[in-house]
Amino acid sequence: MCVSATRCRALDSDGQPVITTTDLTKVYRSRDREVTALDGVNLHVEQGEVYGVIGRSGAGKSSLIRCVNLLERPTSGTVSVAGQDLTALVTGTGARPPAALRRARAGIGMIFQHFNLLSSRDVQKNVELPLEILGHSGRERERKALELLDLVGLADKARAHPAQLSGGQKQRVGIARALAGDPKVLLSDEATSALDPETTRSVLQLLRDLNRQLGLTVLLITHEMDVVKTVCDSAALMREGRVVESGTVQRLLATPGSELAAELFPVGGTPTEAGTTVVDITFHGEAAGRPVVSHLARAYDIDVSILGAAMDTVGDRQIGRMRIELPGGREENALPLAHLREQGLTVELPGRGGDLTKEAAK
Amino acid sequence: MTWSEMQPLLNQGLVDTVYMVGWSTLIAALGGLPLGVLLVLTDRGGMLRNTVVNKVVGAIVNVGRSLPFIILLVALIPFTKLLVGTFIGPTAAIVPLAIGAIPFFARLVETAIREVDHGLVEAVQSMGGGTRTTVFKVLLPQALPSLVAGLTTTVIVLLGYSAMAGAVGGGGLGDLALTYGYQRFETGLMLATVGVLIVLVTLVQLIGDLAVRLLTRQERKAG
Repeated sequence: MCVSATRCRALDSDGQPVITTTDLTKVYRSRDREVTALDGVNLHVEQGEVYGVIGRSGAGKSSLIRCVNLLERPTSGTVSVAGQDLTALVTGTGARPPAALRRARAGIGMIFQHFNLLSSRDVQKNVELPLEILGHSGRERERKALELLDLVGLADKARAHPAQLSGGQKQRVGIARALAGDPKVLLSDEATSALDPETTRSVLQLLRDLNRQLGLTVLLITHEMDVVKTVCDSAALMREGRVVESGTVQRLLATPGSELAAELFPVGGTPTEAGTTVVDITFHGEAAGRPVVSHLARAYDIDVSILGAAMDTVGDRQIGRMRIELPGGREENALPLAHLREQGLTVELPGRGGDLTKEAAK
Repeated sequence: MTWSEMQPLLNQGLVDTVYMVGWSTLIAALGGLPLGVLLVLTDRGGMLRNTVVNKVVGAIVNVGRSLPFIILLVALIPFTKLLVGTFIGPTAAIVPLAIGAIPFFARLVETAIREVDHGLVEAVQSMGGGTRTTVFKVLLPQALPSLVAGLTTTVIVLLGYSAMAGAVGGGGLGDLALTYGYQRFETGLMLATVGVLIVLVTLVQLIGDLAVRLLTRQERKAG
């Protein structure tokens, strides 16, 4: 599926980091209170990947994405984007962004939950705004704006005003506008949270396409697990200002005990009787196509009950999860469990959290 | 007093009123607009936050707004004389009218600009826009309908103030109603003057409303 190496997402962390935050801390001080929104966040977003930061409201993800282009000034720590240390560009305590930071921001696109389009301008003029800031000539602005509107599928809406568009169309304009400065990086601040599920899917698909066609690196924050599931190559889970889990989606799914994996791919089902062993199996890669259960039943002559199962596509890969029940206790099932691991499956024993679950299939 | 006697008086009054209100509106707009923008920008959380400037400008605006216009009119006599050489007549009246209206319009500008969604400011900053870009490409265009509505209110307030300009021999319709109608018991002329003022105020409001509607037509379309 991958055309060239650079367009393929890095499955390991040996790719080129485009966005790096180091020990990023943000503390909001009011008169008598301090709120730590970010507490030492280290984030590494690789070239050409779609990276999702997920967390509940108040987890600090909004502060995080605003710190990446320094709309929020971090209290400490550094942010570098495309090899440039942005935090070094800011000096003093003034609120005015220095020219160097403004130039750097022009190379980072951003889209917003509420689109933030100017109602005083039509669609084309909205897309032209960043080009005006960059000082492009009128004819060039028009050419570029129309090209971008075509790219997001709104070529016929150039003269419409934002109020005449649907939510999904508005976000497409927002995306076109964010791309006007030819950014390497796109920041998405809950960009689909105000949209209905179907529109969300089409906007995410657009982001995915742009990621592929332009090699655009996307950092998105969201509270919807579905967003991560649909488009993200990598994900980080935030809680109370910290990143508690991060990695490529593939790797997270293969990590037993991963909260993100469990939420990305929940399987339910309670055991039918006591004294049995409940096992969660995650299939990915080629293992997804093998008749694992029937093989297990035949090889060990045991009755396998399926308590819950789901197949889905996560980050363009087929993933399956299944909760099965084996007769007998855990000790009696040592052989079948080992067999499953040999098959390249991730095997977890839910609810026990023991050392045994730490073992991941290679 | 017959109608033919009233007519030249009314004509002159109307000309004087339009002259005074027109110029003072222009000056108030030119003075109040930057002040209002400055009040927003220098406020806490603004792009040019500066407590000292904000407090000083805010205090000046508040003093300007709390002075009764008639007091301002008299208090400014030396300044007016210095500026226009005289403190009597319509031209001299423009000075206190404008100075009285600047803080009034500045507050309306401030309110209009504060209503602009902060997300838009954030968006333009994320594109690398600076303060000037934010003001001229976002804040002012987005606030334009409210600014026009504020200007309409200012014109109408100035029409009221201009009646008091008679105290310094400013002339105009208000002066006419006061000196002829009230002091000389020419009830007919007084009523005619008030009638003209009502028509004038209504006209200003209608034009202002129409302008606002035209400006927001596209923003609201299909919404």
